[in-house]
Parts: sequence; C-alpha cells; structure tokens
Amino acid sequence: MSDLVLDVTGATVLLGGREVLSDVDFRLRPGELVGLIGPNGAGKTTLLRTVLGLVPVHRGSVVVGGRTPRQAQGTLGYVPQRHEFAWDFPVTVEGAVATGRTHLTGLLRRRTARDREAVAEALDRVGMADLRARPVGELSGGQRQRVLVARALALRPRVLLLDEPFTGIDAPTQELLSTLLTELRDEGVAVLMTTHDLAAATTLCGRLCLLNRTVVADDEPAALADTDIWLRTFGLDRAERLLKALGVTG
Amino acid sequence: MTGFLEFLTGPWEYDFWRRALLVALMSGLVCGVIGSHVVLRGMAFIGDAVSHAVFPGIAVAFVLGSNLVLGGAVAGVVTALLIAVFTQNRRLKEDSVIGIFFAASFGLGIVILSTAPGYGGSLESFLFGSILGIGDSDVISVAVIGAAVLLCTALFNSRFVATTLDREQARAVGLPVFWLDVVLHVMVTLAIVISLQAVGNILVLALLVTPAAAARLLTDRLGTMMLLAPLIGAGGSVLGLYLSYALDLAAGGLIVLTLTAVFLLCWLFAPRHGLLTRTRRTDVPALATALAEEKS
Repeated sequence: MSDLVLDVTGATVLLGGREVLSDVDFRLRPGELVGLIGPNGAGKTTLLRTVLGLVPVHRGSVVVGGRTPRQAQGTLGYVPQRHEFAWDFPVTVEGAVATGRTHLTGLLRRRTARDREAVAEALDRVGMADLRARPVGELSGGQRQRVLVARALALRPRVLLLDEPFTGIDAPTQELLSTLLTELRDEGVAVLMTTHDLAAATTLCGRLCLLNRTVVADDEPAALADTDIWLRTFGLDRAERLLKALGVTG
Repeated sequence: MTGFLEFLTGPWEYDFWRRALLVALMSGLVCGVIGSHVVLRGMAFIGDAVSHAVFPGIAVAFVLGSNLVLGGAVAGVVTALLIAVFTQNRRLKEDSVIGIFFAASFGLGIVILSTAPGYGGSLESFLFGSILGIGDSDVISVAVIGAAVLLCTALFNSRFVATTLDREQARAVGLPVFWLDVVLHVMVTLAIVISLQAVGNILVLALLVTPAAAARLLTDRLGTMMLLAPLIGAGGSVLGLYLSYALDLAAGGLIVLTLTAVFLLCWLFAPRHGLLTRTRRTDVPALATALAEEKS
C-alpha cells in the first residue's frame, strides 16, 4: 500500500453545493499510465483539481504520496487544458517552461544551474529545444501542447496529471506525446490523463478508469468488453457509437 | 542651435520646474514598469478604478492639511482590498464590483472636498494635475514610494508572470495567487498615487496604460517591454512638460497627448505588429496561393 502515489477513497466533492463526484475510489502507482474516461460533465477535470488541492474533499479522503493534496502542492506535474494559458503573453517557449519552477525559487534568488538544466531537459524531451526562443503566441496548437507538457516536466515530477492532452493536436504531436508518456511510465512516473480519444486511450493506457460522477469501472482495456459498463458511463446513444468504434460489439 | 539649447536649459533656473521634471520622470518610469503588468493582465479598468479610489484619501489629506501622497495611498489600498474581498462572491463579476467602488469613492472624495472653503480650484488641480505646483516634501515622497514600487516589482516579477500566464497552474503549484493579486493591486495604487500630481486623477490612466501598450507593440519579450515602457513613459512625460513650457499650455494634457502620439506611431510603424509594416510585409504570392486553395 505504501507505494501508492495517489489514494482516493470514498471521495465526494461538491461544487457550488452540487455533488459533482460521489464516493470515488481510485488508486495510482508508480509506473502506471492510466486513462480517465467519461462524458462531458462526468467530473474528470474536477477529480484532477481535487488531487491538486484546488477543490476541497467533502467526504472521504485523498492522499497524495502520503500527504494531503494541499501539502503535496508544488510536487505534481500538471498539464491543464490549453485554453487556461495566456498565449498572447510576450514570453518565449523557454520562459514559459521555466514558470513551472517559479514556486521553487525564493524571492531573492535567481534561477540556478539546476533550474536551467531541468528546463533544457524538459524542452528536449518534448522536441521543442530548437524553438526555445520563439514567442509562445507564434506556436501551433500541437506545439503549445508540448510547451505545457514541458512546463510540467520541468518540475521532474513523480506524478503527472494531464487534462485532455490529445484534444485538437496534429498526428505527429499525438505520436510524440504518446511515446513520451510511455517513456515516463517506464521511468516509474505515475501518469494520469483525461481524454475523449478512446482509441488512443485503449492502445496507450495500461488501465482505464471510466468515470461518471463515480467510478463505473477501472480495469485493463481488454477487461472492459462488457457493454453494460459503457452504457452506464456514457448513456445509450453515445455508448453505441463508441462501442462500434472500439469493436466491442459487431 | 543655441536657441534649442536655451529651450532645453532655459526652464532649469526655476526650482518648480526642476521638481516638476523629477516627478514627471519618476512617474513615467514607475508607471511604465507596473503598467506592463496592467496591460498584459488586462486590468486597465482596475487602474481606472484605483485612480478614482485614491481621490477621497487625497481629499481628506487636503482638508486636514497632511501629506497628499500618503492619504491617497491609504485610500487606494483600502479600495483595492475591498475589491479583492467583494470579488470572492461568485455572483458578482469583478467589473461590477470595481464600478461600484470607484464611483462611490469618487463621490465620497467630492463630498469631503466640498467641506473645504473654495474647493473649486483645488478640485481642478486634483482632476487635471498641478505638476508645476509640487513641493519639496512631495518630491521626496514620490522618490521613496517610486523606488519601493520598483524594488517590489523586481522581487515579485516572476511570480506575477506565472500568475498572469496561467492562474490555474499557479494555484496548483501552491503560489499564493490571492496575495499576489493584492500585492500587484497595491503596486498599481502606489504608482498611480505618485503620478497624480503630474497629470491628475482623470489622466493618470494614460501614464499607466499608454506607454506599456506602445511597448507591447514593439516587442514579444517581457524583459524588453519592461525596459521600453518606462523609457517611453519617462521620455514622453519630459517631452510633454517641455512642450507645455514652450507653448504655455496645460502640462498634464500635453504629457498624455505626447504619450498618445508615441502609441499611435508604434501602432503604425512597429517592426512586426505595426499596421503599415504588416501591410508592406504581406507576401503577395503566398496570399494568391491561399486564395486559390480556398476556392478549390
């Protein structure tokens, strides 16, 4: 049990008095790559925000590496959806990635060699080293996604949370990110990503967690062939189309 | 040539002119630096609100005969905090809260000022500035507060940047976003307070926003922008002051008009983002290909 990087037990989360997540159980271990799947409004982003300590837990518990989410703040790598970022800000790719370490630097201290090294390494891993001096406003959607991933990696985190990393990006970037996430998993990083791209999730992730207000199913993709699970997660209309796409039913 | 030199050095024999020049320089510098954050975060309206909010403090200080800069600073900080607290209520949008408080404090300022005999003249100098009537103690307050704002901005700069870039991420890594907002609001307030005597309550927004917006058009780097904006601010303020001396016209108004002229020049001729430079750089063959593709 002690090797859990994330331990969510019976967690209920309220937003504006409404129960958005009820009785959620979820666990994440080092070296796992898990996809968080569910329809819009299922509470995927809210679950990530709870783990990050941005939303309080009403009932149940969330433990991040043995600590409360608030105590663990600043140790998790987080890649939010792209629209959260002010892309019109006059900052270079390198500068944007460096902000991932701002909270580690004291008010009176400048960036250390260690900071620069971590930023350079993160840029390298997402294949953006050549574009380090480019203003972020001039980047394509795929390049922007890579900047956000690099910003999270600059922290050299043991846990990486990604919110819809595959939405609206080109095929090469999707391939690069998939390879990168697999590498990170093999290095022992625990990776949790929300996605609407079921096809990508089933091939990439070792485990899928189907969420709709609560955890409907949580298993290896191959073990999720039961149509009932998908119906309960997505409702009748969408489930049929999804299942056809996945080849679960003929 | 001697005529021009005389024009430059002529006014230096007056004490009031030297004080005015110092205050114009300092206001332009400080507003340019902090204005860069105001422009990039899209909080020009907050700047407008704060410039009105300091008014009751200045009015009280005026009626009591105490330091105007200090009175304005206290009132501005109180209003900035009130706005920060009231916007925590999700039913109220920030711009409504700001609208309520800045109109209220302006009203309060006028009421307080009207208790002083013959307030009409002083009202005008508050609204439009009285840079040629600045005293020695005011120059010292401006210099001290200005230096404090610059130092504080240097310390918090990377945190301001991280918060403006992505509030969600800043919160997620545990940066104290609320308190960073408060610090930035206080910095904006202080920059406005020290500039009030130069251009007045109504025009101070131009000192805060115009140089930073012009600088934004010239560069895609924050570091460069935060050097150019204070240069434009200080340069424009001094030039406006000289024009006011030469033409014998209102100083505050001329400072703002000079800055606006600089902004318009940048808007037209900026190397990458200027209107005319963009048109000239348009690649005609590429445009033709794009149009052809669209048709097919």
